[in-house]
Order: sequence, then C-alpha cells, then structure tokens
Amino acid sequence: MSTNAANAITETLDGDEVVQGRSLWVDAWRRLRRNKAAVTSLVILGAMLLICFIGPVLAPYSFDAVDWDKVATAPSLSDGHFFGTDAVGRDLFVRTLVGGQISLLVGIVATAVSLLIGTAWGATAGYMGGRVDSVMMRIVDILYALPFMFLVILLMVLFGRNIVLIFVAIGAITWLDMARIVRGQTLSLKGREFVEAAQAMGVSTRNIILRHVVPNLLGVVVVYVTLTIPRVILVESFLSFLGLGVQEPSTSWGALVNEGAREMESSWWTLAFPASFLALTLFCFNFVGDGLRDALDPKDR
Amino acid sequence: MLSFAFKRLLAAIPTLLVLITLAFFMMRLAPGGPFDLEKPVPPEVRANLDAAYGLDKPLIIQYANYLGDVLQGDLGPSFQYVDYTVNELIAQGFPVSLKLGISAMIVAVLFGSMFGMIAAMRQNTVSDYGVMTVAMTGISIPNFVVAPLLILGFAVGLGWLPAGGWNGGAWQNIVLPVVALALPQVAYVARIMRGSMIEVLRSNYLRTARAKGLPVRQVILRHALKPAFLPVLSYLGPATAGIITGSVVMEQIFSIPGLGRFFVQGALNRDYTLVLGVVIFYGALIIGFNFLVDLLYSVLDPKVRAQ
Repeated sequence: MSTNAANAITETLDGDEVVQGRSLWVDAWRRLRRNKAAVTSLVILGAMLLICFIGPVLAPYSFDAVDWDKVATAPSLSDGHFFGTDAVGRDLFVRTLVGGQISLLVGIVATAVSLLIGTAWGATAGYMGGRVDSVMMRIVDILYALPFMFLVILLMVLFGRNIVLIFVAIGAITWLDMARIVRGQTLSLKGREFVEAAQAMGVSTRNIILRHVVPNLLGVVVVYVTLTIPRVILVESFLSFLGLGVQEPSTSWGALVNEGAREMESSWWTLAFPASFLALTLFCFNFVGDGLRDALDPKDR
Repeated sequence: MLSFAFKRLLAAIPTLLVLITLAFFMMRLAPGGPFDLEKPVPPEVRANLDAAYGLDKPLIIQYANYLGDVLQGDLGPSFQYVDYTVNELIAQGFPVSLKLGISAMIVAVLFGSMFGMIAAMRQNTVSDYGVMTVAMTGISIPNFVVAPLLILGFAVGLGWLPAGGWNGGAWQNIVLPVVALALPQVAYVARIMRGSMIEVLRSNYLRTARAKGLPVRQVILRHALKPAFLPVLSYLGPATAGIITGSVVMEQIFSIPGLGRFFVQGALNRDYTLVLGVVIFYGALIIGFNFLVDLLYSVLDPKVRAQ
C-alpha cells in the first residue's frame, strides 16, 4: 500500500501530469485582466502604435508636403485631410502620426537605454555590496541632485539639436531611478529564504540569478519601465515644445502642440489633435503602469 | 542636530562641484567657441577677445578661474545681451519667477494634501476614485497642454483673466500660470498624501486615539497629520525642481518676463554664459532647497537623525 502510494508520488513527480504551478506571471496576468482601466489602456496603446507606424504609409499625403490650396483648413472627411491642415498647409493627420512615431520611439529607446544602464549599475552595486556598493550609490546620489532638465537643455544648446542626443540625454536622466530600484530589490532578494534554499540545494549561482533573482527583479523593473516611458515622452515633448527638440520638417507631439498653441484661436484642430494624442498616450501608459504594479505586487493593494 | 546639518552640507558641496564642473567642460567640449560667428573675425581681434575673456590660457587654468568666479558669485558677462552680466539678468528675472514658483508651491502643497486627505479618509468611495482620477489626469496631461486650454477657456472664451503678460505681478496675471504650474504637483502631492494617510489611519496609535474617544477632527489634526505629511515633505525637493522646470515653459506661454524666459531665449540664441549661469544658479537653488528640506525632515522625524 505504502509503496504504491510512494510509487504514485514518484510517478507524479516524474510524469508529465505534474500539476502546473501558477507562475508569478500567469498570476499577474490574471489580476491585470480584471483591471478594466489597464486592459483598455493596453488596447488603446496597441492601436496607437499600429496607427502611428502604419497610418502614414496608407495616407494619401506626406508629412512634409505642402497643399497650397488648403492652408489651415478645418478637418474634413471629403478631401482626405481628416485632421485638417496646419498653418502652412501640411496634412495634420499624417503629421500627428509621424510626430507620434518620434515621440513613441524616443520613449521606448530612451527607456531601453535607462533600463540597460540602470539594471547593470543597480544589480552590480546590490550584488557586490560593501565599498563598491557605497561608492556606486554615492555617485547616483550626487547625479540625482543635479537639475537634469537644465543640463539636457545645455547639451542641446552646445551640441546642436539631434535626435540621437535626445535619446542618450533622456536615457541618462532616467537610469538613476532604475539603478536605485534595482539595487534595493537585489539587496532584499539576496537575503531571502528562497535564495538560501536554492543555495542549500546546490543550485548554481547562474541559475539562482536567472531562475530566482531575475524573475523577482523583473516585476519591479517592468512596472518601472511602463512608468518611465510616459515620463520620457513628456521630457521629449517638453524640449520640442520649447523648440529645443526635434527640428523641422521632422516633428513630434511636443512640437505639434507648440505650433497648435500658437494657432489655437483661429484653428483649434492644430492644438486639439496632437494634444489629445499625447495626453491619451501618457494617460494609458500611466494606467498600465499602475495596473501592472497592482498585478505584480498584490501586497501593496 | 548640528552634526547632522554639517554632514548634509558636506554631501551637498560635491554635488554642486560636479554640477559646475560638468557644465563647464560640456561647454568647452562643444564644437565651436562663443565667438565663432558667421563672419569670421580677424585673427588679431580674435586674439584680443580670447585674451579679454581668458580663453587663451590652458583649460585647467580657465576652469580654476571660472570656479573661483562662480564661488564668489560672479557668473560672467552675457554674450547676447551686450552690457549685461548674467548676474544682472538673474537679478532682473528671478524675483518674477520666484513669485510664480512660490505661489504654485503653496497651491500644490495646500490643495494636494487636502485632496489626498479627503481621498484617504473616504477610501474606496466615489470621492476617493474621483480625486485619484483627477490626479491621474493632472499627472498625464502635460502643463504645456493645460496652459493653452486655460487661456482658451478663461482668457479668450470667458474673458475673465488676461491671456498673458506680467503687469507687475497683479493677481489676475498670476492665476492662470500658477494653476497650470501647480496642477501636476497637486496631483503628485495628493497621491503621496493619500498613500501615507491610509497607512497612518491603520496604525495602532491612531486606533488608540479614536478608542479613547477623541473627536475625528482632533484625531486627524493632532495625531495623523504630522506623520502623514512626512512623505510629502520629502517630495518637496523634486517638486521644486518640477516647478522650476515648469515655470520655464509657463513663462514662455504666458509671456512672463522671468528667468525661465531669459533662459529659453538664451538657449535658442546660443548665449553660452547665460545658459551656463542659469543652470548653475538653478542647480545651486535646488541643491540648497534639498538641504533645507533634509534639515526640516530631521526636525520633524527623529528617526532620520539617529542614522
């Protein structure tokens, strides 16, 4: 009897019919799906990405072509200028989408830069501990206190306004938060029981890091990444709004809002469309970020 | 207490040094000097200019000189506003920006903590969700979008308030820029206040206060407010940075003759010394303010001092 039971257990352990444990991510996904605001935002963001990158290809106008007969005309479905035209007769629909490409691209690339630097820096500091840790975090503290927005503007003034520099500069601002968060998380994970247990069972360091530390780090990082993207988009549009970001004829949502704000009394659409695209995107990213935080870290609720 | 203040001051000084050093070398590393105009100047004139501004000396000497000047509070001449020093421009523009910034800060802290408290005390009710949704909107919609909308509504549409200008700081001119400037900060403060208030309301000592029969008013004002406000206090540093950065845009939109406007004009005209000077000035301001917040924090929270 008892050997049978034991056999059954070993069979279950060896066999394929092992009960699938619900991983952190499956659990999180379940919780996220119940959050209507986050799911809606996710769908809108997906649609936004699609329309920004596919829309301009399908549209009958190009983003920098001037339609001399139609300067600052109101939106209309009949002539193909769905969002109207701007003060020099360029199609606002395509410009809004192309501006969106730049804004989203800056958001994603600069966040990737900050993710890379921040995770490497924070994880190193957290693992090494001791003097290395305190020196590395002291550097972060010092940099953190700098007025980075002003340094970025200074950078733009000195080296000219090019898009790669914007990526790097914005990435360089945001990695500090990432480093702090990753370090804190690494420190607390290092001493946790499940890491100890894994060590006791003889799991290799590499596997401990990959299987036990990184997945737990990932939750925090993913949340932070979704909250960093809107911040970065905001910084870029801030610079472009001031005329220090992307240059004509290229454009971004910030630059379009700036043009629109100048024309708003005579042609409301030049402000309304880029502004609502920008606001909607930021809104959705923030909602997804908050939703992810609730989903991945239920003890916070 | 004094040793804590001293330690904090010691931490602030390297930050300031890094800022000045970074700004200085960024400027020197940039392609093209301040006198590289479209029309090249004759070499003799150029040599005289370089000598007058000390640009002919080795870089390290230039750096030492600049550092010495800055530490004495001299930010040098402006390259674009001839006959003006950067100090004079700051003295002209900063009081305006200061008035704007302080008003926005007061609005942000006052309304932010009020909304946060209301949301926390009525957690998971309609007013809580309402406040938090509005806060999310305030965070998501950039203030340079809000500002034109405010102008469109209250200045162009209703005609209640002027669309721009400073007018010596009359309250009518201040209202709209302050609202636009404070809005994101109100939102952040409300979110922070709500979170910390909820935590405090759950704590044991607050249960004791309620159990011994104190009226709600007194429980909140005497027992809950101070500890709940601490996280807001530590947010004041970033809030200052946010308001200073925001005021750069607001001054642009509302045509307010503040330091931020000089700064953007300087940036667009490549006025190196002005931009550099304002960066250092604002940097020192933010670092100094962070230092003050740290001190205040240690007064209010003895745990910080003990570390």
